[in-house]
Amino acid sequence: MKSFDYVRASGIADAQDTAGRIIAGGTNLIDLMKHQIETPPKLVDVTRLEMTEIEQSAHSLRIGALVTNSDLAAHDTVRRDYPVLSRALLAGASGQLRNKATTGGNLLQRTRCPYFYDTTQPCNKRAPGSGCPAKEGINRILAVLGTSPNCIATHPSDMAVAMRALDARVEIESPNRGTEMLTLDEMYVLPGDDPSKETVLEAGDLITAVHLPQPPKGKQTYRKVRDRSSYAFALVSVAGIVDVEDGKITEAALAFGGLAPRPWRDGAVEDVLVGEAPSDALFDKAADVLLQDAQGFGENDFKIPLARRTLKAVLAELTGVTQ
Amino acid sequence: MQITLTVNGAAREVDIDPRTTLLDVMRHHLDLTGSKKGCDHGQCGACTMLVNGRRINGCLSLAVMHDGDEITTIEGLGDPGNLSPLQAAFVRNDGYQCGYCTPGQIMSAKGMYDEFNKGWPSHVSDDLTAEPNFSTAEIKERMSGNLCRCSAYPGICKAIEESAEEEGLTTRKAAE
Ligand SMILES: Cc1cc2nc3c(=O)[nH]c(=O)nc-3n(C[C@H](O)[C@H](O)[C@H](O)COP(=O)(O)OP(=O)(O)OC[C@H]3O[C@@H](n4cnc5c(N)ncnc54)[C@H](O)[C@@H]3O)c2cc1C
Ligand code: SF4
Ligand code: FES
Ligand code: FES
Repeated sequence: MKSFDYVRASGIADAQDTAGRIIAGGTNLIDLMKHQIETPPKLVDVTRLEMTEIEQSAHSLRIGALVTNSDLAAHDTVRRDYPVLSRALLAGASGQLRNKATTGGNLLQRTRCPYFYDTTQPCNKRAPGSGCPAKEGINRILAVLGTSPNCIATHPSDMAVAMRALDARVEIESPNRGTEMLTLDEMYVLPGDDPSKETVLEAGDLITAVHLPQPPKGKQTYRKVRDRSSYAFALVSVAGIVDVEDGKITEAALAFGGLAPRPWRDGAVEDVLVGEAPSDALFDKAADVLLQDAQGFGENDFKIPLARRTLKAVLAELTGVTQ
Repeated sequence: MQITLTVNGAAREVDIDPRTTLLDVMRHHLDLTGSKKGCDHGQCGACTMLVNGRRINGCLSLAVMHDGDEITTIEGLGDPGNLSPLQAAFVRNDGYQCGYCTPGQIMSAKGMYDEFNKGWPSHVSDDLTAEPNFSTAEIKERMSGNLCRCSAYPGICKAIEESAEEEGLTTRKAAE
């Protein structure tokens, strides 16, 4: 690990340090610093700030950026009203890691692309302009949607997928732009020409909380497919919220993990479903729309049919249709 | 940097480079080599210790961030002549072969009992809002952050099940 200066923030102003790098649970950043993929000259420890509460109001749930993944998954309101979020968190990492991992850090964790992790290899995300060997190389875990010729990495978070389905907004305190509330689609940017830029956040921007709107109607679930049944990142995951009334789907929110550089949500998929009676044929139509632009890179081709099957299984579970 | 940690009940002052992990403080600065370094990247659980009562990976924790915290390591549970119930159960049930993962397994199980007592659900809990069942499936899921290259898992599970009550588990046990 390269040496760094360590500063403990005692207020938000300390944390908004454009020369510093925020550290919270450290479970991603310390790992990357040990590999010297990240070499921040200055770490700003935000863990003593007052961002550890979950506050409930009539219309929303405000989750402090330092709430740990364990505490969030175990929170009574989340378990009762936002089970898709509890389930997604519990499907991620391990008991030990969830005890340290925070809400803000989880959102900003970086990809698990093997070339990003191997500093002897080129990688546009780690070393801009050096190339993307993953496209013709080891890409089993990488993306099939939202990629660019410069990067096909996936965002590894489970939590963020559930938050995307729940229409969460991220509260950001920026030294330049003031307080902002961004949806996940507004916060995460697609790789495009510069895959080293993953979000619109700038140096000094602090995530202070995540807001969830009122609990959605209908049933919720999170299904994660991975190489082993626990303690592994998603190959494909689906966060689903579907309401059925009088035999017709009235509301649907679907977000996908393991497929794209950010938690993936496509309103056109939901439009196929809403207003229709649930059926296997309808679910296939939704999958057709989701996957119409999907592109595999060899090893990860299997994700396209796997995403179809996982989506259909989730829709069947949520609507009670037997497949 | 100068920090103070309460380690196994005693205040310990150490002067460390900010890069030092909690795991390395224990092993290199305090001569507490019970906590093991398997991967040093959060992937194996050999470095599991309790921080303010919660299980975490010592290898992914900077010690400077834990100034003032209470740490419990395997050395804080028992001695060779005076084993804790869980330690004794690992011996009785062959919960290891080489023993390298064992301190992490035991500390993780300690933390897990507490999580059961707090009613936390897991990935395999059918009902998120119900009190969790102390079943083998639940134990396996909750202990998945601790790998054992010798694959002593059957003995590990048995030891964890057998000593649960003595270790203070209040959660209902699964119906046989
Ligand atoms: C072995 C292993 C397995 C894992 N498996 C999974 C899995 O299956 N699913 C999954 O979703 N995750 C998994 N993870 C990843 C884990 O969830 C993340 O490491 C964790 O959520 C990151 O949170 P943290 O608080 O530790 O972040 P840190 O490491 O502290 O920070 C991560 C990034 O976020 C920034 N940051 C942190 N807090 C803020 C803030 N408040 N404002 C602005 N910037 C901030 C930091 O600067 C840094 O860039 C795994 C990790 C490991 C090591
Ligand atoms: S996919 Fe992205 S992260 Fe992976 S090698 Fe290519 S540029 Fe790097
Ligand atoms: S040494 Fe910490 S998890 Fe492997
Ligand atoms: S006993 Fe050898 S690694 Fe577990």
